[in-house]
Amino acid sequence: MTARSTKLGKWLVSGPPLAYLVVFFAIPTLIMVLASFRTPGDFGGLAPLVEDGRLDLNLESYARFFTDAVYAQIFLKSVGYALVTTLCCLALAYPLAALVAGSAKRHRDFLLLLVILPFWSNFLIRIYAWMIILGPNAALARTVNGALRWFGHEPVPLLFSSFAVLVCLVYVHLPFMVLPLYANLEKHDRALLDAAQDLGANAWQRFWRITFPLSLPGVYAGAALVFIPALGIFAIPDILGGPGDSLIGNVIKQQFLETRDWPFGSVLSIVLTVAALLLAGLAAWIGRRNLGAEPVRA
Amino acid sequence: MRNRRVALWVAAATGYAFLYVPLVIVIVYSFNDSRLNAEWVGFTLDWYDKLFHNEEMLTAAANSLFIALIASAVATVLGTMAGMAMYRYKTRLLPVLVLTPIAIPEILMGVSLLIFFVMINFTLGIFSVALAHIAFCIGFVAIVVRARLSGMDESLIEAARDCGASSWQTFRYITLPLIMPGVIAGALMAFTLSIDDFVITFFTAGAGTVTLPLQIYSMIKIAVTPEVNAVSTLLMLLTLALIIIASRLTPTLLRSE
Amino acid sequence: MALLEIQNVTRRFGGFTAVDQVNLSIDAGEFFTLLGPSGCGKTTLLRMIAGFDLPDGGSIRLEGADLADLPPERRPVRTVFQSYALFPHMNVEKNIAFPLRMAKTESGEIARKVEAALEDVRLTGFGKRFPHELSGGQKQRVAIGRALVTHPRVLLLDEPLAALDAKLREEMQIELINLQKEVGITFVYVTHDQTEALALSHRIAVMNAGRVEQVDTPSRIYSFPQSRFVADFIGTCNLLDGPVTACADGTVSVDVGGLGAVLVREHGANAGSSGSIALRPEKIRIAAPAAEIASANRFRGHVTDLLYLGDVTVYKVSTTGGAKLEALMANSSAGTTRFFEVGDDVSLSWPADAGHFIGA
Repeated sequence: MTARSTKLGKWLVSGPPLAYLVVFFAIPTLIMVLASFRTPGDFGGLAPLVEDGRLDLNLESYARFFTDAVYAQIFLKSVGYALVTTLCCLALAYPLAALVAGSAKRHRDFLLLLVILPFWSNFLIRIYAWMIILGPNAALARTVNGALRWFGHEPVPLLFSSFAVLVCLVYVHLPFMVLPLYANLEKHDRALLDAAQDLGANAWQRFWRITFPLSLPGVYAGAALVFIPALGIFAIPDILGGPGDSLIGNVIKQQFLETRDWPFGSVLSIVLTVAALLLAGLAAWIGRRNLGAEPVRA
Repeated sequence: MRNRRVALWVAAATGYAFLYVPLVIVIVYSFNDSRLNAEWVGFTLDWYDKLFHNEEMLTAAANSLFIALIASAVATVLGTMAGMAMYRYKTRLLPVLVLTPIAIPEILMGVSLLIFFVMINFTLGIFSVALAHIAFCIGFVAIVVRARLSGMDESLIEAARDCGASSWQTFRYITLPLIMPGVIAGALMAFTLSIDDFVITFFTAGAGTVTLPLQIYSMIKIAVTPEVNAVSTLLMLLTLALIIIASRLTPTLLRSE
Repeated sequence: MALLEIQNVTRRFGGFTAVDQVNLSIDAGEFFTLLGPSGCGKTTLLRMIAGFDLPDGGSIRLEGADLADLPPERRPVRTVFQSYALFPHMNVEKNIAFPLRMAKTESGEIARKVEAALEDVRLTGFGKRFPHELSGGQKQRVAIGRALVTHPRVLLLDEPLAALDAKLREEMQIELINLQKEVGITFVYVTHDQTEALALSHRIAVMNAGRVEQVDTPSRIYSFPQSRFVADFIGTCNLLDGPVTACADGTVSVDVGGLGAVLVREHGANAGSSGSIALRPEKIRIAAPAAEIASANRFRGHVTDLLYLGDVTVYKVSTTGGAKLEALMANSSAGTTRFFEVGDDVSLSWPADAGHFIGA
């Protein structure tokens, strides 16, 4: 095993995928960063980079983002939606993950598969399903509005509302919260809970003081897997949302495909990317810090 | 004790119901003899019939399949190489490039690739979509292959070399057969991801090209008919079949590592 | 010229020196063992002979030729791995045939050689079985068969019997000795089990912290350890330390704390120098205090502990001077389970040539 042959082997194997990703991922990202400093073209897109022999780069699009409060608001709204989604996912996912982790070994894989299967159905189908459920003529809306009318209240549209957007956000991201939580809970040492019980802790205390703290790495991982994609979502508000439900993803889509102000769209994308990367980095850092507290069975 | 167990079951059952009821409704209404997805009227296969006569839909399906085949083939090869490189060698750049597309919101890749293709005057169409799909599928394949490799006995590689096998022979006779289930599972996953992709396709398809998800999207936005239910049901069946096959091949894929 | 020459080989991992200037000469047809505790560098050395690691300094030569330029697949050296490393997706025949295929042997020839290898390791008829269908001992034999089928110059064995239970291990040890005699190939064997090393080897290299402490035949290593480490590592040993007070006629007197003057056969030790006497427990005669025994060394004490091991009993004795000695006595008299009890007064005696002097 000479040093030279290992080096050659390394480049032969990692070369092609590296090259592909540099061309189709790294470079486009850099181009987008560059685009954020350019001027919009007359008919949309980008103006020429070199104008009259000079490089046409400016900070106008950035200035617009930072001065016009609307965009900051939309960004914060996206953060808010993502946060609510994460918390709801956590609340729903925890019992599911706990149940699967606590089941007999032979059932676990099947139960886990059941959780993951819906994830593999088409994204749009899952959104469409909620269109049906929340539709004005569907059973749910009629029941709810019937009850509201009974109390003398105005009928409330379930569809094309923030409620619809949130419900669907939770629905779409739920499996991502279940998986890391399950992976963590499955490794918990049952003996710890027995010991706690032996020492006088009741059920709630055992959960709150032993299980939950030990599950935190899973919680953070799941939160990252939900929060970051939820931040950039656009299809759900686009289909299920009302006029006031535009999130940052929708604005980006609008800028690129309708308004065609690409530099500004790039600025928004970069802000979103930076936010996503910071959060991912934070999650990874917290994950590493918590490694020492792993409750793995001996 | 028992009450808590029951409570846990109820909460979990609610969770499972929440996950499945919407999908079941879509499937059920695909057989509903009514234009409105409101209440059950009667059983019919009309919508499926209309589906198979819908030119746009069939073109979209053909496009999706074509793209998925190319994308999964290329992504599997590149992803397997990436998975092996990440496992065997201590590269630092490769894992970043391979895994970041999966970590960030999809819209970012879609948008940056749009700018990229337009800048290099690459016509937006089937191939631009395929190239985009390959970029994010590589990561999934790499993860599966790497997991499979780490479950493999290291000493087998050394034993093969000890027996006189060169690096290539070791890969061909020992490593590849042993990771093959993982490679196939990765290929199936890539295929499914490509067929189902919406966001990235949305930005890189251009005006004239439609894939199945894009077609579903425009149907949802413009004129909703239960044909959407029908195509959704069929798509779900296809995906289900592929995922079950993939999970058979990599039993550890779904278990916690 | 020796078959395998290891010259000044050094291997470092960061700040840690795993193998430190090791020199060894291994002859053709030898069963040579590298013996030492975990972390002493024996496995690292073995891997360097195989080619999975390269020395930082020094050279390894096979029949005079430096192996450094040859990757593992081109060295005429084969390894039997601790985990057997049988290819799970190939049956026994294909596993054994693999090196022959890599050497591009013609297929009729492959079939013959595989059959012969199966016979050698006594697994005829097992050709179609898969590794997961075999027992530990059978897997072991397939691994050896696969390693021997191309008649390498040297066979490297990395603690191959570690995973087997005691009885099976004993059987396999005898098989290994016979196999090595039959095929006549040089074996380089790595183990931390000193009884195994003593049983199997023509010569043993005792290693400690990356260095070779002693290279010798098993009986010489056992009876004439050249360092305290070797004396202590091989079997149990009483180590009596002290300065040399007198020397005459090939006998030396060492003043051992807690005992007094102890006589030992030794040439070349000078009065005033220090050393240790390595005294094996079975060489000490333990008897009732009143027994008439004329012996160069005789001390009184009482039994503090005893360990009944079935065939022998180990007595831990505290002498009148306060020294702690271990003596071993066979329980060969039928019916008698113990000769002495804890608390009994005893006398310990041994001749001058029972111990071995190790200079400091």
